[in-house]
Amino acid sequence: MNSRLSGRASLALVRTMTAGVALAALAAFPAPAWAGKVFVTNERDHTMTVLDSDSLNIIETIKTGRRPRGVTASPDGKLIYVCASDDDRVEVYDANDYRLVKTLPSGPDPELFVLHPSGNPLYIANEDDALVTIVNTETGQVEGEIPVGVEPEGMGISPDGKLLVNTSETTSMAHFIDTQTKQIVENVLVDSRPRVATFTPDGKHTWVSAEVGGTVSVIDNATHQVVKKLTFSIPGVNEEAIQPVGIRITDDGKTAFVALGPANRVAVVDVPTYETKAYLLVGQRVWQMAFSPDKKTLYTTNGNSNDVSVIDVDSLKVKKSVAVGRSPWGVVAIP
Amino acid sequence: MTIATTAPGVERRITAGGYLVCLGGIVWRESLRFLHQRGRFLSALVRPLVWLFIFAAGFRATLGVSIIPPYETYVLYEVYIAPGLIAMIQLFNGLQSSLSMVYDREVGAMRILLVSPYPRWFLLVSKLVAGIAVSLLQVYAFLLVAYFWDVQPDDPIGYLTVLPALILTGFMLGAMGLAMSSVFKQLENFASVMNFVIFPMFFASSALYPLWRVQQASIPLYEICRYNPFTSAVELIRFALYRQIDWTSLAVVAGCSVVFLAAAIFAYDPSTGLTSRRGGPDAGK
Repeated sequence: MNSRLSGRASLALVRTMTAGVALAALAAFPAPAWAGKVFVTNERDHTMTVLDSDSLNIIETIKTGRRPRGVTASPDGKLIYVCASDDDRVEVYDANDYRLVKTLPSGPDPELFVLHPSGNPLYIANEDDALVTIVNTETGQVEGEIPVGVEPEGMGISPDGKLLVNTSETTSMAHFIDTQTKQIVENVLVDSRPRVATFTPDGKHTWVSAEVGGTVSVIDNATHQVVKKLTFSIPGVNEEAIQPVGIRITDDGKTAFVALGPANRVAVVDVPTYETKAYLLVGQRVWQMAFSPDKKTLYTTNGNSNDVSVIDVDSLKVKKSVAVGRSPWGVVAIP
Repeated sequence: MTIATTAPGVERRITAGGYLVCLGGIVWRESLRFLHQRGRFLSALVRPLVWLFIFAAGFRATLGVSIIPPYETYVLYEVYIAPGLIAMIQLFNGLQSSLSMVYDREVGAMRILLVSPYPRWFLLVSKLVAGIAVSLLQVYAFLLVAYFWDVQPDDPIGYLTVLPALILTGFMLGAMGLAMSSVFKQLENFASVMNFVIFPMFFASSALYPLWRVQQASIPLYEICRYNPFTSAVELIRFALYRQIDWTSLAVVAGCSVVFLAAAIFAYDPSTGLTSRRGGPDAGK
């Protein structure tokens, strides 16, 4: 009897100790923070790769419409919008279960788009039609079309959502559009083949990259004057290979990253002085870029080497390059 | 702890402290000799830097088409060849210490060393340790300059983790030099060492080009590169700089170290060795 009791008691003791050890282990090694996701559109695979932002492993490959290019996320990170360029529509995916929630009309050949900071509406550049189409993301209705220059591509919106900038590749212009009146307020001539327009976080300037011109024009949003034209020079790399495309600027407005296409480099620009601090080697034909939600990491799509490079924003080091689908084009990261 | 050795006709007792004094003396002599020969120090530093600044600069755009372990992203050519240049420093150093053995033999300094009561294998290992210490000095001086040229491991800890690899590769290349030094009679032979040992070992390795590139060019050359122990030395250093162990390279380098050291001890052993037969200091005995 005694021995049975003591046996039970010791069993209970063991259980208590095991639970204690488990708890202590949990306390000592807290579970990793909820990993985010990185969505990458693969232009030639007609798919979208989903990466785990911690492990950088592929967790899903979503079959999309044909030629997926521009990609963005709703402000709450629950929906992923994809331009299916050859299917002439915008596809909306659930960021959790990856199912196609709905499609939105986009006009022909949508390439890039930008969401209003509030999450509605969506402004889409229609490359073949020289139009910017405004689509209500709730109702799926086209709310307007704004005629712009030939081959519109880059789309940027001011932090307050009042000013929209579209770039037209062939016209080589940045079109400043009032989102209230849906009218162009100014056209600014930039260098050849402007690809991307990005606002500085304070909303005072717009940076426009010119792929063929090899420059980035910094435009004052109040005066619509080009206040600075950035050029790039990399030892050992042909000038023709330096083709600026994607632009991302840190939240503090101090550092800008410019993807230089076939130069296989990302330029790091000190914004106050406009000096290039470093050129980071990434994969081939680096195209678009996206920050992680905590802004500590920058992801680049490398169209010719079929991978995504991961840059640590603080140390300015390229940490890793991971293979995705063929011709990765757009990228967005969500928490 | 005492170790008894028997010299002809005399009973001597050599303490462990004595061994340390002997080791310290040899290392100190080599270090002093190295530091006093500024030209040698400079050339040891300038040689890899010429490769880094001039050769690699011309080829920096040629690489970067493939990511190979231990790299996790694209690297510049300078970054790729840095481990090869480090191994080159150690290769030159290993053979230069062996050259100093030939010199010692010529001027008679070796005779003084060899009449010491310490076993010959210990003297050889001490000489080897001295050579490794000097090579570490050269390698870290090179890494310091390379750091300012933006040639750095992905994590500063790499500078520490590379140390054991450097000691081992220094040991292998030094032992190889020692084994070879036993067969040279004169200093002038170093030119042929350059032609027949250093250049083939260096070029037929992964020091300058990744092996997959060599494979695309020529399969036989690829096989030669693969079995070249210098390739293993380079790869061991490359992985260690990135905080990883390349086990195959580790096994090859460790195995070759043992074989080369055994060969050197055999060659310098007066009863079995080759030095007496080849007119070394023991030739007259």
